[in-house]
Amino acid sequence: MNGNPGPSAVRIALVLPDMLGTYGDRGNVAVLAERLRLRGIGSEVVEINAGEFVPADCDLYMLGGGEDVAQLVAVRHLRQQGTLVQAARRGAVVLAVCAGMQILGTSFVGSDGVAHGGLGLLDVNTRPMPKRAIGELVVRPDPAFGDELLTGFENHGGCTYLGQDARPLGAVLAGVGNGVNGVEGAVQGRVIGTYLHGPCLARNPAFADRLLAMVTGTELAPLSIPEVDALRTERLRAAGVR
Amino acid sequence: MVVGLVGSRDPGGKRRRTLAATKLGKGAAWLSRTAGLGEGGIIGGRVAMALDRDVLSGLASGRTVVLVTGTNGKTTTTSMVTRALSAAGPVASNSTGANMPDGHVAALMARPEARYAVLEVDEMHLDIAAEQTKPAVILLLNLSRDQIDRVGEVRTVAARLRQVVVDSPQAVVVANADDPMVVFAAEPAQRVVWVSVGGGRWTGDATSCPKCGERIDVSVERWACACGLRRPEPAWAVRDQTVITDSGRELALQLNLPGQVNYGNAALAMAAVAQLGVVPEAALPRIREVSEVAGRYGDLVIGGRKVRLLLAKNPAGWHEMLQLVRASGRPVMLVVNAREADGFDLSWLWDVPFEQLAGLQVVVAGERAADMAVRLRYARVDVTMNPDPVEAVRMTPPGDLDVIANYTAFRMLRVKGEA
Ligand SMILES: [Zn+2]
Repeated sequence: MNGNPGPSAVRIALVLPDMLGTYGDRGNVAVLAERLRLRGIGSEVVEINAGEFVPADCDLYMLGGGEDVAQLVAVRHLRQQGTLVQAARRGAVVLAVCAGMQILGTSFVGSDGVAHGGLGLLDVNTRPMPKRAIGELVVRPDPAFGDELLTGFENHGGCTYLGQDARPLGAVLAGVGNGVNGVEGAVQGRVIGTYLHGPCLARNPAFADRLLAMVTGTELAPLSIPEVDALRTERLRAAGVR
Repeated sequence: MVVGLVGSRDPGGKRRRTLAATKLGKGAAWLSRTAGLGEGGIIGGRVAMALDRDVLSGLASGRTVVLVTGTNGKTTTTSMVTRALSAAGPVASNSTGANMPDGHVAALMARPEARYAVLEVDEMHLDIAAEQTKPAVILLLNLSRDQIDRVGEVRTVAARLRQVVVDSPQAVVVANADDPMVVFAAEPAQRVVWVSVGGGRWTGDATSCPKCGERIDVSVERWACACGLRRPEPAWAVRDQTVITDSGRELALQLNLPGQVNYGNAALAMAAVAQLGVVPEAALPRIREVSEVAGRYGDLVIGGRKVRLLLAKNPAGWHEMLQLVRASGRPVMLVVNAREADGFDLSWLWDVPFEQLAGLQVVVAGERAADMAVRLRYARVDVTMNPDPVEAVRMTPPGDLDVIANYTAFRMLRVKGEA
């Protein structure tokens, strides 16, 4: 718990970090909680490990990347419980990174070459790409997510195809992203998928605040962290952008 | 006769070819040293391997070989095994941590008279090393995530090691019973000696079962998965600061190296040499002599200040080193690069509990100082940043300090600093 966890505290669920947490994505939760605290807003982080129940009443759900086998176990747990899907249908904000995004789709092909059903919160399907995408990824986001470029590190072997109901999170300026049509990620209602690790919200404060604004219903006061600015400048330059 | 075909089927020819290859390799090592290219060993090994792909098997034949692999503690444990085994006779070893096949060739070339060889092996090269050296003992330390963008998933590494174990029926496998990934890898061995290493090792990645993917709660000592994978009963165990041997004797470890994890490394080393006839009472005093390993844990002068230099290459390693610096309470400098040998992806920084540094004076340096600074900011640790380690040292309060660096940063500091 963080700040003053009164009734207005933002409840953030860290979903299955033991299965979907191989790439430091739990950092996204730490970033959100701290950015709230610095504005005097309380938060409560609910960490749900495998075998534990996913509450349906959180404001924000965060899923990270994971290894292939763990990804299959995770999707089975989440489908059995059904609460994540209920929460998303009710309007909770969901950020799903990499394997997390893939399992929110309609289907994904695992390393076993078999197509597995996803949770269907995003109209996307994922198939293996010929060569694993590893490296810096820079994305110009959809204007709904601000005008600050998104930077991250991608590490995935999946090609993600968008269906009619999903739109991309942005356009790829450097790196691979979804591997189709030069776009990255997927957005459908308040469910967002991306291949940006880094973790994503540590490198992209405007994007983090956008998610928080979706939850709180108000724009948050500006917040300057010079180290974050230095990191962004450095990473964008390393990716050859700017 | 076509020269290139010589020796492919007769052992005498193979012997001759190995000799010729090592002779040329040694020439190259000498050239490399005199030309100032560094330690020379690997270059010599590379030349010898280019001349003869099987040179390693030729060099290893007739020797008793111990292979040491795992994510963390390879160099330290190799050093312990080498020291302990020297009770039985001369030992060849790649003590500088050159743990690929060319490093193995170089180590064996340097000590042709040594009956024993103790080789640190990169996890992804254990198959080649085992195939060529036919080890008497394989030592499996631990497996956690290391440089994901390079090495691949932990599970994949565990599966590869398991195959090596299956393909090495002559070897006794000495393995960490507390690590599910290692247990999965060592399980099919003809002969396995389980060692419980006690606490101190970070197991964050071991929580998803290597066999079936379900969650294993490794916070309990006797962990078990529904699929049947479970912690085996150890023959050797670390309890507090002692080791209980396979015959039930309890010996105080009293190591010169700091940190709980080194108790586990010492127990594994003792169990390994016991398979080769070196009794614990003979092994332990020699293991205690290890006080610095390839510069790790050693003192160095950087920017006019005395520093204790610690190496951390992955989340588990960082976790261990944070415990050490937390205990010493001195100012801390963290130095991070992200070159190929480090792994280009630094997102694992967020899996390390840097929150423990709150209250200490922390400076960050290295090519990726900004990543570390952001991580610490969000951990509510006060931090100052300067990419240049020498400049950064000057920003810390007076007195000795602890420095934790990742792989290439560590190597650069060793060059920059004065021992
Ligand atoms: Zn299992």
